[in-house]
Amino acid sequence: MTPWLMAGLLFTPLAWAVLTLFPAFRLGRVLTRLGILAQFLVAAGLWMTVAQDGGFYYPLGGWKAPLGIELRVDGLAVTFVVLTAVVACACGWHAGDYLSPETGRHRYFWPLFWFLWAGLNGVWLGADLFNLYVGLELISLCSVGLVALAGNVGALRAAIRYLLAALLGSLAYLLGVALIYGQFGSLSLAGIQALVASAESFPGAGVGLFIMILGLALKTALFPLHGWLPPAHGIAKSPVSALLSALVVKASFYIAARLWLALGEELGSFVLAQAVGVAGALAVILGSWLAFCQSRLKQVVAYSSVAQIGYLFLLFPLTFGVPDSVVQLAQQGIALQVISHALAKAAMFLAAGNLILSVGSNRVEALAGVSRFLPFSLFSFALAGVSLMGLPPSGGFTAKWLLLQASLASGQWWWLAVLLLGGLLSAAYVFRIYRASFVESRGQDQFYHPPRVLEAIPMMLALMSLCLGFVSEPVLAVMSLPFEEGG
Amino acid sequence: MSVSLLYAFAGVALCAMGGLGFTVLEHLLRKLLAFNLMGSGVFLVLVGLAQHRGVPDPVPQAMVLTGIVVTIAATALAVVLMRRYYHLSGQTGLVVCEERKEPME
Amino acid sequence: MASGALLPVFALMTSLLASLIIFTLPEDRGRVRTLVNIGAALIKLALVAVMIRGVAIGQEYLLAFDMLPGVEFVLRADALAMLFAGLSALLWLLTTIYAIGYLEASPNRSRFFGFFSLCVASTMGIALAGNLFTFFIFYEMLTLSTYPLVVHRGTPKALRAGRNYLIYTLTGGAVLLLGIVCLHGLVGDLRFQEGGHFAGAGPELRGALPWVFFLLVSGLGVKAALVPLHGWLPQAMVAPAPVSALLHAVAVVKAGAFGIVRVVFEVFGLESAQSMGLLSVLVVVASVTILYGSAMALYQVDLKRRLAFSTISQVSYIVLGLCLFGPVGAAGGLVHLVNQGIMKITLFFCAGNYAETLGAHRIDELDGAGKRMPGTSVAFTIAAFGMIGAPPLAGFITKWMLGIGALAEGMDWVVGVLILSSVLNAAYFLPILHRLWFRERTTPWPKEYRWGRLETSVWLFWPPLMTAVMTMAIGVFAAMPFSPLAWVILIVSREVAL
Repeated sequence: MTPWLMAGLLFTPLAWAVLTLFPAFRLGRVLTRLGILAQFLVAAGLWMTVAQDGGFYYPLGGWKAPLGIELRVDGLAVTFVVLTAVVACACGWHAGDYLSPETGRHRYFWPLFWFLWAGLNGVWLGADLFNLYVGLELISLCSVGLVALAGNVGALRAAIRYLLAALLGSLAYLLGVALIYGQFGSLSLAGIQALVASAESFPGAGVGLFIMILGLALKTALFPLHGWLPPAHGIAKSPVSALLSALVVKASFYIAARLWLALGEELGSFVLAQAVGVAGALAVILGSWLAFCQSRLKQVVAYSSVAQIGYLFLLFPLTFGVPDSVVQLAQQGIALQVISHALAKAAMFLAAGNLILSVGSNRVEALAGVSRFLPFSLFSFALAGVSLMGLPPSGGFTAKWLLLQASLASGQWWWLAVLLLGGLLSAAYVFRIYRASFVESRGQDQFYHPPRVLEAIPMMLALMSLCLGFVSEPVLAVMSLPFEEGG
Repeated sequence: MSVSLLYAFAGVALCAMGGLGFTVLEHLLRKLLAFNLMGSGVFLVLVGLAQHRGVPDPVPQAMVLTGIVVTIAATALAVVLMRRYYHLSGQTGLVVCEERKEPME
Repeated sequence: MASGALLPVFALMTSLLASLIIFTLPEDRGRVRTLVNIGAALIKLALVAVMIRGVAIGQEYLLAFDMLPGVEFVLRADALAMLFAGLSALLWLLTTIYAIGYLEASPNRSRFFGFFSLCVASTMGIALAGNLFTFFIFYEMLTLSTYPLVVHRGTPKALRAGRNYLIYTLTGGAVLLLGIVCLHGLVGDLRFQEGGHFAGAGPELRGALPWVFFLLVSGLGVKAALVPLHGWLPQAMVAPAPVSALLHAVAVVKAGAFGIVRVVFEVFGLESAQSMGLLSVLVVVASVTILYGSAMALYQVDLKRRLAFSTISQVSYIVLGLCLFGPVGAAGGLVHLVNQGIMKITLFFCAGNYAETLGAHRIDELDGAGKRMPGTSVAFTIAAFGMIGAPPLAGFITKWMLGIGALAEGMDWVVGVLILSSVLNAAYFLPILHRLWFRERTTPWPKEYRWGRLETSVWLFWPPLMTAVMTMAIGVFAAMPFSPLAWVILIVSREVAL
């Protein structure tokens, strides 16, 4: 059973990518929807396997590391595989109806989408540093292609800027890999961790780790390296923005987090951890503020991603030099934050796309009076906003709760202020949108109603992020499988 | 100091040069070339640093090969995007006319 | 006990489901909407009545599961929960009836009633929450679901009021969350428990607990409109009258006050809160709020704003009662939770009637309204006398219990506060009554509507009269079983060993 699942996970997306390379948009849509279903079942099957039997290592095609590819399948990885399946499913389905079949270049959405999915799965499951690099590059190139799909000058400019940032980030990461490999002669994360723990001192490896984290921070758009993200996410087609914000930035963060959790304690330093945390805190506060100032709807959502990504980087200070119980709290909090943000942000971008379709403008003021028509999309937007604000019962709230607990227990009380202030600031920009929809000044009564499917998909995602809070316990139970055996 | 380590240092120097060019230069193609320079530097570090203990190691070479393929793909994509961008806007840099009103989506 | 776990969930679900159904109804399906609204309100009332009977004979209704490792979601129906749940279920029914009439033929009714039901679901959750974590979930849900009601009219003034409302309540929520997390960090997850948890707290806890108490009460104090955290309330008066009625009588301010009751009684415990010296500060804050609110009410010319400041003042009686250290004072405070709710909702209903029927919003526009609208004006008069504390009405019971409680604990100055406040109450209510009954109308009404035989629409006419009758009944039949006072004495006897 397991070999089939593993093969399905990586090869279905690749096969489908090739399959959808040539057909026209409509045929690609049919093929993709079939593939999405298959892929979703595979992901669910793998999740059940891991939930029952625990994590395992899987050598791809029977080849062992270092030359072969070894996959690490544990609770965290499989949770993200399922998350990817859910979000990609939603975005892919949405895109089929959202993108116009008449525009020729739109047919390239399908192969790019599938390559992206393959890259994401590769990153979640990758067990050695170099394969993670390949996965990252695959993701970056596909994302850039997807951004450029919008086709106009602005989109191309954003795509090029994104590409340059992503390439620089990957190279920094690769340089770090080179230094680490030069030091340890191993690429496997677990192998390096074992070597590091063997009490010798490795002076160069700390630099390697630092460069890798720097590169990954650039790819994750950590403040102040975030300049490329808002234009790219703001200008791309809505399903693309959703994919990028929900999943793509998480991939590079995931690698950074795994590196830090495995090597941070020995190779990192208190100053580095705090510095990353401060950058995250600044991202939370300034990102939210910038989101509040934007006049275009999707830019608001894009800057909100910058802010939400900031929370993730609180992982670094909260897991350095603290008791194991706090490390666990912080890990769980961050993982929940990743999941709830992925669901909420995907919902928000898809809903924003629908709202833009229905009022025919991308400006925030254009939403005046739209709430009178009770558009589903506005609701989805608001529900997703609840999760972003970290208000109960959403996943964002339980994540925030765990992080608050972790900051309190670690004695680093200053993050409490960041978490609470961040929540209030995100309320400011979410309610700005909401408020605009209540304005009754405009006489316009003509709103375009997007098709039902387009409205239902963001609603489902938003409800999932909202209800995540109630099922946090079981989700965390599966996710914590690797944590207990130490990675 | 072994020859391999010398390669590694040369790689670091290349990387630094490429990094500088990447941040300072305006013209998109120049940026891309700077990026390629950096890439070569990284590959040198990768091979040089790993072999300096004298034992030939196949893993870095496999990595560099893969890395070169990835870099070529990235460069190709970048060139296509830049060409299209130049056709549409007549610009060779990103900074110009940033303020111009952009169409929706 | 399966039914024991399910009843609280059902009570929550009725209004939650109602809100979902209403959201999906098209705007023009008014009849179905009315049916769903009133049906859900009746079902909820019945469920709450069943639970009240059960709790009286000592039955336990409890639902609990882990939401996070070590953090529980608890719904529990105890005596205190039933006090608040009963009040909100009853007043929800009346307010729904009133709101149907009030918003007849105005736009956006689906949106309004959807959020309205959501708001009641949150109130129910607040009542039934079994620990601070669960309480917080519904407390924030209440904030979110009331915002669309405050800004319902969509005018710049309403939007501004909504913004201030959010700034106050979300900040208060953040402070409350901080308090809850700190408490959790100190002692872990705590269910509400009669008598509190800290009776035997060691000195290491006693250092930190006052700070936690301060955070919790200032977080809750925003909704309870304790001075100086009250700024949002008078502004929120731009909302439609049923919203003001519900916000002020039942949902928002009461949620804050009820939270303070829970924290003092069932987290800290009356005894230990007193021994840590926490209540002496609170009693001063409450007294200042009572006097400040009454004094400010004197200066308001807009009827609803005057009522809003009166609310600020009256809600603090609840807090004041808690801080009198003794069982009698506590009973007085708790019973005011119900009394103030019923009296204030009557006043807001009447204010809405004047605005909707005569177009009169300001107090000086009310001259001679007693002749034009006798039913409404009688209701208003009864409620106003109740507020002043005239026997045998509801407000008298409160003030009597509070006064006796204060004297029993040797806090004579509190009696002074009570008397002064009653004088102020009289000073701002009596001129209105004078205008209603003893002034002649010389000019036409600002904007008059006629509804056939009755003085106003049927939907608007009966709710205030019914609550006015309740105001009298609560006072006159205070000694009967299942009266609010009897119930409160039951609660207090469980909280504080008499």
